[in-house]
Amino acid sequence: MKEVLDIIQNETLTYSQQLLALARLAENMDHTIELSDELIKAKEEGIICDLGEGNAPYRPRYICPSYKLLLEKGSKFLDLQPAKDLYEALNNLLIMYRHVPSITSYPVFLGTLDDLLETYVQKVDYDSAYKALKLFLLNIDRTLCDSFVHANLSGRDTLTARIILKLTMEMQLAIPNLTVKYDPDKMDKDFMNLCIECMMKTAKPSFANDAMFRKEWGNNYVIASCYNGLKEKGGGFTLPRLRMYECSLKAKDADDFINNILPYYANLMLKMMDDRIEFIVEKSNFFKANFLVKEGFVDLDNFTGMFGMVGLAECCNNLLHIKDNTKGYGNNSEADELGVRIMEKLHAIVAAHKSKYCASFNHEYRLHAQVGIDSDGRENSPGARIPVGAEPIMPQQIMHSCKFHKYFETGIGDIFKFEETWKDTPEALANIIEGAMKNGMRYFSGYLENNDVVRVTGYLVKKSELAKLDAKQQSLNNVSVFGQGARDCGNALDRRIVKNDEGTY
Amino acid sequence: MMKAPINRIIPFSNVDGPGNRMAIFFQRCPFKCLYCHNPETINDCINCGICVDSCPAKALMIENGKVIWNKEKCVGCDQCINVCPNLASPKITYYSVEQLVEKIKYVKDFISGITVSGGECMEHADFLCELFKEVKKMGITCFIDSNGFYEFKDYPELCKFMDMVMLDVKAYDLNDHLSLCAQSNEHVLNNLKYLQDIGKLYEVRTVMLPNNPELNEKTLRGVIDNLDPNIRYKLIKYRPFGVRKEGLTKLGDNITADEEIERLVSIAKKLGHKNIVII
Repeated sequence: MKEVLDIIQNETLTYSQQLLALARLAENMDHTIELSDELIKAKEEGIICDLGEGNAPYRPRYICPSYKLLLEKGSKFLDLQPAKDLYEALNNLLIMYRHVPSITSYPVFLGTLDDLLETYVQKVDYDSAYKALKLFLLNIDRTLCDSFVHANLSGRDTLTARIILKLTMEMQLAIPNLTVKYDPDKMDKDFMNLCIECMMKTAKPSFANDAMFRKEWGNNYVIASCYNGLKEKGGGFTLPRLRMYECSLKAKDADDFINNILPYYANLMLKMMDDRIEFIVEKSNFFKANFLVKEGFVDLDNFTGMFGMVGLAECCNNLLHIKDNTKGYGNNSEADELGVRIMEKLHAIVAAHKSKYCASFNHEYRLHAQVGIDSDGRENSPGARIPVGAEPIMPQQIMHSCKFHKYFETGIGDIFKFEETWKDTPEALANIIEGAMKNGMRYFSGYLENNDVVRVTGYLVKKSELAKLDAKQQSLNNVSVFGQGARDCGNALDRRIVKNDEGTY
Repeated sequence: MMKAPINRIIPFSNVDGPGNRMAIFFQRCPFKCLYCHNPETINDCINCGICVDSCPAKALMIENGKVIWNKEKCVGCDQCINVCPNLASPKITYYSVEQLVEKIKYVKDFISGITVSGGECMEHADFLCELFKEVKKMGITCFIDSNGFYEFKDYPELCKFMDMVMLDVKAYDLNDHLSLCAQSNEHVLNNLKYLQDIGKLYEVRTVMLPNNPELNEKTLRGVIDNLDPNIRYKLIKYRPFGVRKEGLTKLGDNITADEEIERLVSIAKKLGHKNIVII
């Protein structure tokens, strides 16, 4: 097989990247899951995309175990005792991380670190806690080599969170991705400013709308991978996506799209999700034999299917025959209203579909605004985002996002790139983030234009690592190659910069 | 209905007072500072029409003897401002309080407040007073960025509604002030005292010149002598960008050296001032 040899000979792949690529090839030799002719056609036409999940999924795509249980009870399978001090806690976590599968083979959720560790941190002196956490973060960056590895902070002003933020600023690493759960009415202002200072220095943490997630998910939600809202002790089975621009090409007009085309392809994808989830649950060994299930670190009922989509902007613009993005979706009330109509319809279609599983979700799947992949090019912007280069002034962009974020319970987010002066004024940024959350933004990310660590579409990369790939060298981070593709094919790093001289409005 | 000429609105500004603010720049200024960065805000347009032909986007025209600006066609090249012999701009919009309040409402969740600036916004003090009354109802703050030409004590109602003032003291010595700004600084210095008396002075700013250390030092000492040591005193480096030819000729075309700023900061510290910021 030529593909096998290509992987073996590719000098820009690290050993573990080769291993994963070879495993993917092997998985795709299985055809147990039957695909209907309609689905095959839709995939060939680029309307439905399985995001490279593989033909025979042998674990849920995203797994978010309860690490609290590990620290309190230990693990029989891993032969680990309950953690008695900070060192045991960190060591147990690092061991467990190596045994949490996912689509990337790296854990996409590392726990809400300050909740997990604060009692242990409080029992040692500051310098010891600082050193131990530094080694912990270094270990994560060098062994879990994938930017979709994601840690959470509770949003409370804890010593653990402060040390992690300090280390994040000092170490300048792309891994792990980091989210702070943010409720403007609860978070201490000084702690908020520290989070913002950190975000301006190293593109993380991002801010998750705590009140919004709690309302929809209850208290046990987590943020994993890019910005995916999921249940703790659960996760996401699968995430295929509807490519809305290609989908819209099938429609005569907007009404035809909403009444006929969209329901047809959405239902085709829902069936595909049913089949894949049935395979994961009933055929693969995961829910029968994996220690995470057997020891109660995850529970089948807490997994849902993630119904992904990209390219709402291009879909609306196409249906309205708008050629210039700067005059379309995001800058045009007619296009925005069409966007809302489409999302109302899609949300209703997904909610009406019942799954055998997903018991904690009323047996429903949940919408996800997928961030796009490099092969999407410029024809499908991430999720419901305004195309790069067509972003209106910031208040308008935020208000636009707020209209759409409510539909995407398993995740959607916006990214803002700031110029230098904003790093010195965290209070100003706090005003913006607070306002955004209060108006319904689900997830907010920002970064400074000149930093090395930058956010591509949802994940972080180091520009210096992209330069290594450009020079045909290996990059330890599996995700650098996606960043390179998104930069080159999707202009993902060219988003509008928030400046002070924003022109008249 | 009262309307005021507005040169520009910046919906999100992080450099015009505390937090994120909407900055509103009013047209007209009684000073004519040599180092003014936006001299097109100094005068009202006299409809001479010189700018109309210079516009490459055909966004300007004369109608009934008045220069009309088409915002949609404008490409923002500023050619009209460059050719204006009158230190004015054709790109002015007249707003009523209600219209401005609508704009502010749109962003109020994202800002700590508004800052009115200019030109010299106190040219429109009555308008500001009505505007602030409405803005205060939204629960956000109203800051004034002023050159101090108009005495705040003469506007007791405005002083009641405004939160704080950011005051320029361009020069402490009268003759220095006259040569820099073509106006006396008597009212400025009165304001420096009065605004502290009523507890509404947020900060004082002085542009420090590149080639006149004597003037810089005189102003620094004069301000600090008359300023609560805890109130922020911002020393702004002179920057030639946007300065008109007359200013460049008299003040130079280089940025104030770091050494000069360091010298002034050390004097300020010796004098016991505790809150110096350099821009």
